[in-house]
Amino acid sequence: MKCLFEIREAGVRYGSADVLSNASLKLYESEFVAIAGPNGAGKSTLLSLIAGLAKPTFGQCLFEGHPAHGWNRREFARRVAVVLQTEPTAFPFTVSDVVAMGRLPHATGLYENGKDTVAIAEALCAVEMERFRHRDFRTLSSGEKQRVLLAAALAQEPQVLLLDEPSSHLDLEHQLSLHRRLRELSGKGLLVVSVTHDLNLAAAYAERIVLLKEGTIRADGPPSEVLSADLLEAVFHVHVKVHQRASGQPWMLYGE
Amino acid sequence: MESETLGVPRVSHGSALAFCFLMLVVATLAGIAFGSRTLNFVSAMQGLSPDHEILVELRVPRTLLALWTGGSLALAGVLFQALLRNALATPYTLGVSGGASLGAVLAIVFGWTAFAGLSAVSLAACIGAGAVLILNVVLASNRGRLSSLSLLLAGITINSICGAAILFLSSLVGLLKSFAVTRWLMGGIDAPDYSTLIWLTAVLAPVCAVVFRYSREWNLLSVGETWAAARGVSTSKMLLVGCLAGSILTGAVTALTGPIAFVGLIVPHALRMWLGADHRILIPCSFLLGAAFVALCDVFSRTILAPVEIPVGVITSLLGGPFFIWMLSSRRGGVS
Repeated sequence: MKCLFEIREAGVRYGSADVLSNASLKLYESEFVAIAGPNGAGKSTLLSLIAGLAKPTFGQCLFEGHPAHGWNRREFARRVAVVLQTEPTAFPFTVSDVVAMGRLPHATGLYENGKDTVAIAEALCAVEMERFRHRDFRTLSSGEKQRVLLAAALAQEPQVLLLDEPSSHLDLEHQLSLHRRLRELSGKGLLVVSVTHDLNLAAAYAERIVLLKEGTIRADGPPSEVLSADLLEAVFHVHVKVHQRASGQPWMLYGE
Repeated sequence: MESETLGVPRVSHGSALAFCFLMLVVATLAGIAFGSRTLNFVSAMQGLSPDHEILVELRVPRTLLALWTGGSLALAGVLFQALLRNALATPYTLGVSGGASLGAVLAIVFGWTAFAGLSAVSLAACIGAGAVLILNVVLASNRGRLSSLSLLLAGITINSICGAAILFLSSLVGLLKSFAVTRWLMGGIDAPDYSTLIWLTAVLAPVCAVVFRYSREWNLLSVGETWAAARGVSTSKMLLVGCLAGSILTGAVTALTGPIAFVGLIVPHALRMWLGADHRILIPCSFLLGAAFVALCDVFSRTILAPVEIPVGVITSLLGGPFFIWMLSSRRGGVS
């Protein structure tokens, strides 16, 4: 399997605070990786490092052998799509305007061509938002916005999909369908990296979990290895009871 | 279904462009046809004095300058609103008009009249606008990178410093010069030489083309800098391009007319309510409608109290303000 990202002893310092330190990680195509950890553990920082949006203060973050931060932005965006938390916008863009913005890295002119139109329609269909394509983006609910932002990333037709808490505003049905879709995409060869707080969803769908605490990687491996009661209690300071599904994946109950 | 079109009425881009172009044609014809004196077109065409001179040396160049002024200001407004992600930004937010005004006021106060055949006031205004632009970019860049927030802060600060300097200067000079300063600050359109118009066109036309060319980039930047960067836009470079382009558009016309309020705010806002936020349609329509708006306001400024002329900047606000309020209140919850 081809290694896409290689992060070598990378750290990020804001002011005098090390928000991420000494992180080493390799990410391969066809993987579905979940990044988990408490608030302020450095999950989003790690994601922006991978997305080339933050520059490592120490160490390196390489994408296909070159520093992610130093890539030509357009070339990088043709390969890597990022969905950050909901984007507020002051202006009346329609849902399809927002999704169309995902096509900019592939743009050949000022207007969308036939290929763009197809990609936009398919992406809207994939998140079940095609009915809303003429709606003002600002009038959507948080969950609907999240689905539109995912559609914009899908329209980008990337090899790598990076997501920051993509299901935080989704209802149960859409949480499951999102994760099913992410697993499908990784099955098709995409590298999917998702920051999440929902360990049960991560356990059920991701093949690999990276657990962060206080800016360092505490564990990295398949859910059955990473999600042990002792480690989770040490990282999250809650009591955790780990059960096993019939399929072998762990599922957890939390309590005081 | 109503729920699916909520907020953004759909108008085809073609009909929107056609409407704005029609407005431009109407405004141009009105600008040529009406003035403080009734024009006899037959004798003007036959080259008879004074109708011929009024048409060729006054009405036509004045209307052309009004069109360029309105188009440039509306375009700069749309651009700065996108870059600063704020629908209340105007062509003057980044301080260019403050610099231009300070330059012009200096020229008036020190009594400079002409330099190398050019109007010293316009020339000084251009230099002032350019100086402010450079100062703004230098102040706003942090290790070679620009951010919209720092541009905004630098612009607002420079604007108020220039404003204070203008008040200081006009408090020192006599009544006559002080009146000339006030008159300049009101904004007004006078018939320019054709050579000035040619220069103006040579500077503004390529800038307008560049602004239109990057419409998709403005779309992304108007959502957010990270959003744009993650989709392949070189945000720092595009902020610089946008800041330069908008400042040139604003500075060049302000040097000739003085500040003209409201065009850069009202025209983009009205169009956004009507057409949505896609800059590929917003930019050409803003240019056409802004041009038409100022040309029409200029007709009113010449005719309402003829032969007395009301400064066009006063007309744009007096006519534009109530119209804008009516437009906002006719849409429930439409202030956005």
